[in-house]
Amino acid sequence: MFSFSKTRIAAISTAVITFAMTGGNAIAQKKYDTGATDTEIKIGNIMPYSGPASAYGVIGKIQEAYFNKVNAEGGINGRKIKFISYDDGYSPPKAVEQARKLVESDEVLFVFNPLGTPSNSAIQKYMNAKKVPQLFVATGATKWNDPKDFPWTMGWQPNYQSEGRIYAKYLMTEKPNGKIAILYQNDDFGKDLLKGLKDGLGAKGASMIVLEESYEVSEPTIDSHIVKAKATGADIFVSVTTPKFGAQSIKKVAEIGWKPLFILNNVAASIGSVMKPAGFENGQDIISANYAKDPTDPQWANDQGIKNFDAFLQKYIPEANRTDGSVMFGYNTAQTMALVLKAAGDNLTRDNMMKQAANLKDVQLEGLLPGIKLNTSATDFAPIEQLQLMKFKGDKWELFGDVLSGELGG
Amino acid sequence: MELFINQVLAGISTGAIYACMALAVVMIYQAIDHLNFAQGEMAMFSTFIAYQLLQWGIPYWWTFPLTLIISFAGGIAIERALFKPLGNAPVLVHVAGFIALFAILNSVAGLTWDWTIKQFPTPFGNAPFLGSQLISTHQAGMIGITFILLILLFVFFRFTRVGLAMRAAAALPESAKLVGINVSWMIALGWGMASGIGAIAGILIAPVVFLEPNMMGGVLVYGFASAVLGGLTSPFGAVMGGFLVGVFENLVGTYIPGVGNELKLPIALALIITVLVLRPGGLFGRTFVQRV
Repeated sequence: MFSFSKTRIAAISTAVITFAMTGGNAIAQKKYDTGATDTEIKIGNIMPYSGPASAYGVIGKIQEAYFNKVNAEGGINGRKIKFISYDDGYSPPKAVEQARKLVESDEVLFVFNPLGTPSNSAIQKYMNAKKVPQLFVATGATKWNDPKDFPWTMGWQPNYQSEGRIYAKYLMTEKPNGKIAILYQNDDFGKDLLKGLKDGLGAKGASMIVLEESYEVSEPTIDSHIVKAKATGADIFVSVTTPKFGAQSIKKVAEIGWKPLFILNNVAASIGSVMKPAGFENGQDIISANYAKDPTDPQWANDQGIKNFDAFLQKYIPEANRTDGSVMFGYNTAQTMALVLKAAGDNLTRDNMMKQAANLKDVQLEGLLPGIKLNTSATDFAPIEQLQLMKFKGDKWELFGDVLSGELGG
Repeated sequence: MELFINQVLAGISTGAIYACMALAVVMIYQAIDHLNFAQGEMAMFSTFIAYQLLQWGIPYWWTFPLTLIISFAGGIAIERALFKPLGNAPVLVHVAGFIALFAILNSVAGLTWDWTIKQFPTPFGNAPFLGSQLISTHQAGMIGITFILLILLFVFFRFTRVGLAMRAAAALPESAKLVGINVSWMIALGWGMASGIGAIAGILIAPVVFLEPNMMGGVLVYGFASAVLGGLTSPFGAVMGGFLVGVFENLVGTYIPGVGNELKLPIALALIITVLVLRPGGLFGRTFVQRV
């Protein structure tokens, strides 16, 4: 029995090798894995259209609209995109179910931009075991840049640790003797950014921190934490918050007459959905960092990239709210995906998808800040690693300083 | 000491949020003898209606009564359409109904007004109140309105025929029917009033926590806790419960090192359970004795 199957395997592999050698030239033109044909590329996606994080569901809708635009303009290398997006309600077990459905029943070529750290963590092992790309995941956790252990998973946005390091660098030069109070969301996101900040501050910086205060997303207000932070006598306040709590922290700090050097993380730096509701007068001089253009920022009113963005929204998804940071996020990620698909040409294998995604060289997108470039390699699965600092003045963010890199280990 | 006073003040102003919500919870409990899990979402929805009216350019002081009337009518409509048919169904069916209503209102609000946070105006302004930067004029106004509501409710339930009839209808429906009270409409009225109080709560809370479809998620848990602590039968208890929970929660977060922040809510809830073990009716509630 043993020898029989061995012979059979040998026979089959010989046949395969022969086939590959003889047919090699003919099919070098077009190579497909499941999910790609001469006319179509199937892309899977998982979004929280319902549940606690449903605010982010708009990302999936924008991506769908973008691929509709791509299809209307003739597709990519002559192939139409079929974008299959499922709802996981921000629930990891449901994400696993949907990933299986996409891979095994819909037979997609790869899964693009599934959202959320918990959901992506849940499907990562499965995707890698199946060798199906889990491309450009929509989370800023640091762990997606791990090509050695998870060669089929890749991030997209700057990770939170890099961002934390950039703020640390800034604080070390700006206020080396300051006293820092940090308020952070008690989850992966908050802890990741906190770690970056503390790593960046180093041993000396550790003595600068007078308070590390966490809050839970279930809390109606974070007023009490702000009162506590002020009482420490800190002159630097770092708010590691999601939009709602970001706006609350801006408003409360102003209300209690506290005037620290205020650092607000990028997640909560949208003008339309945070700074404006919190009141422009309360947000003056706040420091943050960004990599994408904020469409609500008047300084981009005549920018060609933003004009294209608006034209796209107008034509393909007019109901979208352009003040919502997620809309720009969906636009930029979908554009990145289209670029990678274009580069893959007619070699639409899963292997080549990863190869092309890991071969971005100084790619600039019209929705990103000038100077921010996407770079990846076989050992670097973190496309965007740069941010630029900015200060809130009047009703807009003023960028300042160079584009900074928070590359880990760099 | 300064930190202590500051945290107590901050707790009182957060407590006002819980107290407002707790009042609506008590109101519906008086009417239907259940806790309505969709109470928070109803309040959120009413606040969005107010937001929409303001967007259409209607002045604040017109918007306020208009929203109340719409919410009142909406509450009655929900009862007539959804819960009257379920009248004799077991409690679990009602709970399922509440949860369905919760999900529907939440999603519809998200779909209509999207999920980004909205600024909601306050009629009181945000200046420091009496020189204290810890309580703004808005929060002071909120505390004031909570107490006015409380007095109105007290008078309503104690001295008006309708109020008394409503209490009777909730406590002893059979007997109430026998003395000629239209129990079915009393319940509908209770829904309407709870919805109206919820609208006031929502309108007062929104300027502090910002308006968005999930605005009431956390608030409702605290509202329930406050109502239970103060006694589900007592509007006064609910308001006191709200302030107590607000202050206690802040002090736990500030003074219990290490775990204080993460266990703020569990510790507050543990306190409530302790109170309930000692006084099952809540701090200010009456205990009902059921005759067999």
